[in-house]
Amino acid sequence: MRPHLVDYAIIAIYFIFVLGIGFALRGRMKTSEDFFLSGRSIPGWITGLAFMSANLGALEVIGQAANAAKYGMYVNHFYWLAAIPAMCFVGVFMMPFYYGSKVRSVPEFLRKRYDEKTRTLNALSFAVMTLLVSGVDLYAMAILFQRLLHWRFDASVVASAVVVAIYIYLGGLTSSIYNEVLQFFLIVFGFLPLAILGLKAVGGFAGLNATLATLPTPGYAHTWANIWHASENPLGVDWFGTIFGLGFVLSFGYWCTDFLVIQRGLAAKDMAAAERTPLIAAIPKMFFPLLVVLPGLVAISLDPTTKLLLDGRYDNALPALLGRFYPSGLLGIGLTALLASFMSGMAGNVTAFNTVWTFDIYQTHINPGKDDRHYVTMGRAATLFAVIVGICTAFIVLRFNNLMDYLQLLFAFFNAPLFGTFLLGMFWKRASAHSGFWGLLCGIVAAATHYLFYHYNYIHYPSAMTANFYQAIYAFATCFVVTVAVSWFTKPRKEEELVGLVYSLTPRPKTAHLPWYQRPGMLALGILGLCVVLNIIFW
Amino acid sequence: MGLDIRWPIGIIFSIYGVVLLIYGAVADPSMFVEKSLGVNIDLWWGLAMLVFGVFMGAKAFRASRRTGS
Repeated sequence: MRPHLVDYAIIAIYFIFVLGIGFALRGRMKTSEDFFLSGRSIPGWITGLAFMSANLGALEVIGQAANAAKYGMYVNHFYWLAAIPAMCFVGVFMMPFYYGSKVRSVPEFLRKRYDEKTRTLNALSFAVMTLLVSGVDLYAMAILFQRLLHWRFDASVVASAVVVAIYIYLGGLTSSIYNEVLQFFLIVFGFLPLAILGLKAVGGFAGLNATLATLPTPGYAHTWANIWHASENPLGVDWFGTIFGLGFVLSFGYWCTDFLVIQRGLAAKDMAAAERTPLIAAIPKMFFPLLVVLPGLVAISLDPTTKLLLDGRYDNALPALLGRFYPSGLLGIGLTALLASFMSGMAGNVTAFNTVWTFDIYQTHINPGKDDRHYVTMGRAATLFAVIVGICTAFIVLRFNNLMDYLQLLFAFFNAPLFGTFLLGMFWKRASAHSGFWGLLCGIVAAATHYLFYHYNYIHYPSAMTANFYQAIYAFATCFVVTVAVSWFTKPRKEEELVGLVYSLTPRPKTAHLPWYQRPGMLALGILGLCVVLNIIFW
Repeated sequence: MGLDIRWPIGIIFSIYGVVLLIYGAVADPSMFVEKSLGVNIDLWWGLAMLVFGVFMGAKAFRASRRTGS
């Protein structure tokens, strides 16, 4: 791949705009509410696109194209089985509690619903996990650009980290959200030609299906047809692991409780906009397989042995196609889209970290009762700290290449049990104050135990992915059972304290006066219907 | 909120659109034969991006007129 002057100019223009947005927002960050929650003033379509883009980091864009090249259309389950139903659920059933209770973070909701120790456990684990993940985005970006363009690893890590630090330091969450929206459009315009040219090269959908059918591994061209037995699909997961592990625990755990995405909903200007945030996000998310899965399939059908184009690595699927099909000019747009997704992936982690650190750890345990300005300053300091730690983790990941696997694992450790805590907390008023902490702790311990048993070969799975899915199932089930059991033996909380936090005790927001397409329930039904149609077309 | 996000999006996509349009028009056509299956994708995609950029800019302009007056 040989970019020309015009491509570098396009990348430079992007950096100027990113920094420009930060400077333009600088004067508007007066209170901590402005800095950490965008003053709760952002329209639904912007928070919606940011909700989706915050998740579109390195692992998503490069990783899902690689997965598609490796496992075929099975990867569609990550979208149509996992993400879309979970996003509809969080919009209709959970956002009213997050937004309506006026909390500033996910851990703060846990304090209101359960108690202080539940919140602290969640805040600490989330802070550590977020710091580690933010470095992974940097690492993935730098290693990619080193391979493609021979940019120096350390230079691209430091340069992009500094840009991220500057724009968050200046504009807080608003900066991050605006850049995520910009990134969304860049990704659409940067990768859509790849799908179009790729399809043209392999002879359209008919040609693609015909080529995929000739591959030695079966099931490349189907989403569902090969799901029933682990031995029949390329991923080696049985239907229970897929539907319950991925489709329920992992996806609901991520989309419903991860503060990285929930924070975008909290920035919305009113309750209706907050509820619509995940639903608006679900619409483009539903069509994302076109931008990432399809190029992966095109790559493998152009190069079934992975020797020529892919150079033996599935990770190369998307970048190799960029180099193969994009002339100078468009290549600049494609590279900018990649850069943008890496940087806003990192930025999402940094803004989530600085909020949880400042509100849930610093203000609660270290230095309470200061004036508001003090906490804005602390948020800015935490931003710089997170970026520096991010740079350091990028270099650690470089030394220990398999750290990527461990980070994926951390996700299954912390998010899966947390979903049990939230589900019971929001829908079962009997769940007592103590039960949250013990359920969460036991869930994490269960995940760790399962991991050790698997790691030392006491239990066996057909693939590492299956192990991840089952680990999530066990962690969730343990958290669920322990929370219920502890609740039976401890005193329930008074019902009047739980108004606005538990479903059965909270009046529903009135939606009858809205046109049908603005009612969250109707919107969610429409999205789910469309999603079923996509599943059937690509069965 | 202050800054309307549609301004920066409109402006950057208009700039990108114009850059790609011009580059596609003056570039050596053999580049497109070699890479993008003979399609002058820079020209066409530049046009698409310019249309989108102008659309976003127009939206922002109308919104600023409404709140300004």
